[in-house]
Amino acid sequence: MRIAAAAVAAVAALSGLALTAPQWLVFMAMLALAKGVVVLGLLVLMRTGLVSFGQGLYFGIGAYAAALLSHHWHIADAAAMLAAGTLAAALVAALLGLLLAGYRDIFFAMLSLAFSMILYGVLVKSAALGSTDGFNLHARTFLGLALTSGMERRVFLIAGAVSVAAVALAVHKLLAGDWGRLAAGVRDNELRVSYLGASPYRVVYVNYLVAAALAGLGGALAALAVGHVDPETTYWTTSGEFVFIAILGGTQSILAPFLAASIFEALRTVASQYAPNVWQMSLGVAMLAIIMFLPAGLWTLAERRRRPA
Amino acid sequence: MSSILPVAFDGIAYASWLFLISAGLTLIYGVMRILNVAHGSLYALGAYAACSLAGAWLGGGLPAAGSFAMLLLAAVLVGCIVGPALERGLLQWMYGKDEVVLVLITYAVFLIMEDVIKLVWGVDSLLLPEPYALPGNFSIGGLPYPVYNLLLIALALVTGLALAWALYRTRAGKLLLAVIHDREMSMALGINVDRVYLATFSIGAALAALGGAFTAPAVAVTPGIGVEVIVLAFAVVVIGGLGSLGGAALGALLVGLVRSATVRYWPEAELFSIYAVMALVLIARPKGLFAAQEARKI
Repeated sequence: MRIAAAAVAAVAALSGLALTAPQWLVFMAMLALAKGVVVLGLLVLMRTGLVSFGQGLYFGIGAYAAALLSHHWHIADAAAMLAAGTLAAALVAALLGLLLAGYRDIFFAMLSLAFSMILYGVLVKSAALGSTDGFNLHARTFLGLALTSGMERRVFLIAGAVSVAAVALAVHKLLAGDWGRLAAGVRDNELRVSYLGASPYRVVYVNYLVAAALAGLGGALAALAVGHVDPETTYWTTSGEFVFIAILGGTQSILAPFLAASIFEALRTVASQYAPNVWQMSLGVAMLAIIMFLPAGLWTLAERRRRPA
Repeated sequence: MSSILPVAFDGIAYASWLFLISAGLTLIYGVMRILNVAHGSLYALGAYAACSLAGAWLGGGLPAAGSFAMLLLAAVLVGCIVGPALERGLLQWMYGKDEVVLVLITYAVFLIMEDVIKLVWGVDSLLLPEPYALPGNFSIGGLPYPVYNLLLIALALVTGLALAWALYRTRAGKLLLAVIHDREMSMALGINVDRVYLATFSIGAALAALGGAFTAPAVAVTPGIGVEVIVLAFAVVVIGGLGSLGGAALGALLVGLVRSATVRYWPEAELFSIYAVMALVLIARPKGLFAAQEARKI
């Protein structure tokens, strides 16, 4: 219930932001929301004990699916684009998941990395999709309502906030129930889970699918925010960024990814303004500090404050 | 027929380069169980150090042939300074953590070193064309070909053979193999595992830098040159089986030949082909071509 209240409060806050804040802040909030939902997917995978270094694959698929919808099929409705991004990612994951669900640890991480790099290799060389430059997209309507210019991002932010909140609550329900406990079981001792009669393969497969769909939604959201897609969305550094945000937030709560993504985007905006040459270095130092002193992520701080030990 | 020879030669030259960049990675993983993302930065560091050293050498009006010695010196310096600094200063506190966490730690090191390189050498590209042009060209199937590539092939061969000899024919190498096989048992038998780790990481770093130093004359050295190298080296090492030196050699050859054939007959698929090979190998042999079998633990 507390999570539901937090979700409603977050949607209200983001809607308020969308209606009143300057454009740059709306843009930043959208990116944070997009990355947060991708990282939420990673959290689902990490609860199963797996880390993917290839979420950029589904992030990119989501972004390109949304962009292609408007660019090649002239369906310029934002809601349709979000749905297309999510669906396209889920479809590809349904196929690749059959294979990947059999892998664990570093091999899972590396194979998912290979698939994202394959897509990168294809996109870079496909002249029809703009090669390394990518191409622009425009969403002109939302659920059939025409958007006036200047209002688009504000509407997208509210729509994004509502859909992400709904998805996040569903994920929370999934993880809080039997399924979540089964996933923790797979993480801790897979063999025993199968002795108990459950299928670790199925758990991993479904969680992989969920993670991919979330990354697709995030990709579509990011494409709407930026108005442009390029192959960089599928490159391994993009995937690395998602893993970084996941580590930053920790995996205890579904709110952690969004908190971490907001901090990440805020810091990046500041850093690119004032210290573009030491941005990566600060990221690296922060990451080492988190791993050494807060191995369960920033969320530990929130928990500690609530329950002083 | 006339096109096969250049394609094979191209493939072998590329394979030599791939082997140079991945040998250190697989060695470090085999001994320390660290999939070192910072390998790409060590490669970049080697390239930058080579530019500075060889540039200073040539700028001083010394004989151009000596610039090759400077390339080697760059690799040795990185191996002797940066390698131990990283291992003693950071990694030694991290042993025993999960493999995936170790990947993240070296990823953080990679991020830090990318900016350090920018701060030290600036963001403009550096050029070091002399060593590449010096040996001249030869002709293969009617096409001119740089002799430098032959040099690269020889370097990879020598490096590979030296590593194999050191691992399997010397006392230090056998100690290393013992640590790979069973770390705790080796400690109990009195092997100084800390020292083995330090030596392994430093040699691995030197190998990465060697790859970078000998690539520097053939390309423009710019920020970010290590970024793609990491995933390429990962692909080669994973194909061969993590931790296997022979596997890295075979993986490099496989990827090198596939790439040069694709570049010749279907150039759009260049990047695609490399990772497709990796995915196919992992599908057929989930732990790579030469991976050691592990017992299931309950």
